[in-house]
Amino acid sequence: MKILEIKHVTKRFGGLTAVNNVTFDLEEGEILGLIGPNGAGKTTLFNCINGVYKPTEGQVIFKGKDITGLPTYKSAHIGLSRTHQIVRPLNELTVLENAMVGACYGRENMGLGDARQTAMAMLEFVGMADRAEVLAGTLNVAQKKRLEMARALSAKPYLLLLDEVLAGLNTAEVTSMLDTIRKIREQGVTIIMIEHIMHAVMSLSDRLIVLNYGSLIAEGSPEEVSQNPEVIEAYLGDPDLAARLLEEDKA
Amino acid sequence: MKRIFKPGLLIPVAIIVVLAIWPLFSGNSASSREAMFTLIMSMALASSLNIILGYTGYVSFGHIVFFGIGGYAGFWAITEMGWHILPAALLGGLVAALIAWLLGLAVLRLRGAYFALATIGILEAMKALVINLDFLGGPVGMEMHFSEYKRYGGPMESLWMVYWSMVFLAILVVAVSYFVKTSKFGLGLMAIREDEDAAEVMGVITPRAKTWAYVLSAVFPGIIGVLFFFKNGNIEPGDAFRLHFSIEWIVMIMLGGAGTVLGPVLGGGIYQWLRKTLLTSPIFKDYQLVVAGVMLLLIVLFVPTGIIGWVRARSAKLRRIFE
Amino acid sequence: MGNVLFTSAIDGLLIGVIYGLAAMGLTLIFGVMDVINLAHGPLIALGMFGVYLLFTLLGLNPFLAVIIVAGLGLLLGVVIYFVAVNRVIDAPPLSSLLSTFSVNMIIIGIGTAMLSTSSYNVDYSLGTMDLGFFKAPGARIAASLVALLTTALLYLFLYRTRPGKYIRAVANNRISAELMGIPSTRILALAFGIGVMLATVAGGLIATILPINILAGGSYELKSFVIVVLGGLGNPLGALIGGLILGLIEGIVPVFMKTTWVPVIEYVLFVLILLVRPQGILGAKE
Repeated sequence: MKILEIKHVTKRFGGLTAVNNVTFDLEEGEILGLIGPNGAGKTTLFNCINGVYKPTEGQVIFKGKDITGLPTYKSAHIGLSRTHQIVRPLNELTVLENAMVGACYGRENMGLGDARQTAMAMLEFVGMADRAEVLAGTLNVAQKKRLEMARALSAKPYLLLLDEVLAGLNTAEVTSMLDTIRKIREQGVTIIMIEHIMHAVMSLSDRLIVLNYGSLIAEGSPEEVSQNPEVIEAYLGDPDLAARLLEEDKA
Repeated sequence: MKRIFKPGLLIPVAIIVVLAIWPLFSGNSASSREAMFTLIMSMALASSLNIILGYTGYVSFGHIVFFGIGGYAGFWAITEMGWHILPAALLGGLVAALIAWLLGLAVLRLRGAYFALATIGILEAMKALVINLDFLGGPVGMEMHFSEYKRYGGPMESLWMVYWSMVFLAILVVAVSYFVKTSKFGLGLMAIREDEDAAEVMGVITPRAKTWAYVLSAVFPGIIGVLFFFKNGNIEPGDAFRLHFSIEWIVMIMLGGAGTVLGPVLGGGIYQWLRKTLLTSPIFKDYQLVVAGVMLLLIVLFVPTGIIGWVRARSAKLRRIFE
Repeated sequence: MGNVLFTSAIDGLLIGVIYGLAAMGLTLIFGVMDVINLAHGPLIALGMFGVYLLFTLLGLNPFLAVIIVAGLGLLLGVVIYFVAVNRVIDAPPLSSLLSTFSVNMIIIGIGTAMLSTSSYNVDYSLGTMDLGFFKAPGARIAASLVALLTTALLYLFLYRTRPGKYIRAVANNRISAELMGIPSTRILALAFGIGVMLATVAGGLIATILPINILAGGSYELKSFVIVVLGGLGNPLGALIGGLILGLIEGIVPVFMKTTWVPVIEYVLFVLILLVRPQGILGAKE
């Protein structure tokens, strides 16, 4: 069943077209990788999906319902959660309280008691349970990213939008996070991930879509996309590099 | 029921109760009653403002506007419509809440400094407006006939009645503050304070939450205003809408610790005690505002989280005791 | 009626220039460092009293006194910057609002203790300028002209001198400016000093034409807020234009209704602009 349908979504800011007539579908349970050079409009597309921006044209259909232009807070209520490119922890609240906000105001509209349980469970899941009483502002980047993930998961989403969740992490942290993302998918959550770390997004995604200057220029499996000449030209620059990365990963 | 016996609530309430019964035991009960009234009123006003300022992060500079509006509404009801003070006080609170709701629709859309400036603009606009309204006494204000107090058994009885009403209100405000902070609603407010956009992404219905916080923070000053001006015997625009007064509430909140239940109570107490001490000292008598200013500056520069904020940062255990 | 209206309008514009000057001080500080200087009012009052004291105690020509007051204002501004603003420059906006407001309280506290809240007058007259269709006190015209001159000097400074360019660079992007080697702290202090200087000069000019008291600064501060929001936060030209508009309102409205309604109109306008067009007429900094 198609959990998300993006139909001809366009977003213009004055004279600048940040997202240009993008159309794609998402099946339930998929991991979709969203890649493209910097400034291609990936985060803007996310913002159009979860209500931060209202698309200038086009529609966003979530589980069969038109959610185009709904206020941002509605997205969490219907099961659409998101993490941010630059993490946004609630600094003066504890890690647990952070996650509880997600649980209280997410899809299941929980009371404090249930929220605390769900939050602790999600913190365990991402490996932050031992820091539950710590103030979020004192965490390091990797921990903040995990917290943001736990917060988003506490809302019990159907669809999770991850915006460069691997940025700023070292190799070990990346591997760990990839593992967590796989486990999230095993729980039945559909995922779209914006990512720049190529080997990660290639190995994790079932499918990829590629944005360049706001337009969707390619769609398909990691293999297909990495061999697409337009993608290579826009993004990778070196035709051999893509093939090599793919080979390395398979090995 | 078990929720009531938490230290986070009991400590501030205990402080108020102890202060409240002090005049019954002290020698000069009338003068200590007046001193306690000022103290307890400050605690209540600071605690009310804390809901929109400390919990939600929206700095209402001109918050005294609700004290003034409520005060005028109640005072008018008493002197022009012959109302009893208790329903008049409730009217004051209601009118303040209504105005807060209406204003909130407009100004809560503004962020940070724009919001703060707007609240100053609203305060000044309201003051300027009231000066032009003859039915509220214009620039001279309204006066209460001394005979009005006979209705309650005489001036002394009236003062004691107002006093105990104030004590009750203060305890009520602190309780409301505590229950807001420890509720899901309060969690949403604090999320807004920390990062409003992120809170929205997480599903907090920010316009609704902010409006409720603003209304809640306005209703008590509205009621308290009626009590204050009833006691005063008169009300005039300069007193009802004095900007420096509500700035003092901000100093009290910051001194004690913004965003905590105990903070405004502690801050209100310490600030008023300091003020009284200064007023009786020949050297510092005229420099009260200077001292307040220096205090505010030092707090902002060096201890922005206030006393209770500093205490709470020490350990998780302390966080459980001092809300 | 037409003549009354015309005279009132000119009157309003003349003082509007001075209002604009004061507002420029406020908006410059905001434009450069995102700080709203809540000590603005008392600083205007200090300018007023500076000129008053120099005139009364030393017999100095008020317009000369304004120059001295300008220098003192610049110095005071730099001091205030380092005491109250520098430490909280990167903190949330509430911190600088409160720290500048504490300076406000300190100045008013000292001022009322030393000078009380009574009114004072600088008895200075330059005669009346009579052009037949329009009369105005000479002092008022002179004060206006000095205000305009100061504005021109400010522009020359900002656009033709190196420190001025540094200020504009820091206003634009502090981090980039630092990377280019501009000593941002000193530049911020300078900008704050200039902002305060403009406020004290405006106050000094007001003292030459109107009675003064320590609390009057407050009402001029509020006018400055209205003007700054009207013209666009951070936009000095907007401040001047906003000042003219406000002066015009103050001049013309009393012809049609009681003077006590003027503040109501001003503050309602203020709130409305914040709500409807917060970037003001000319567009704000961000």
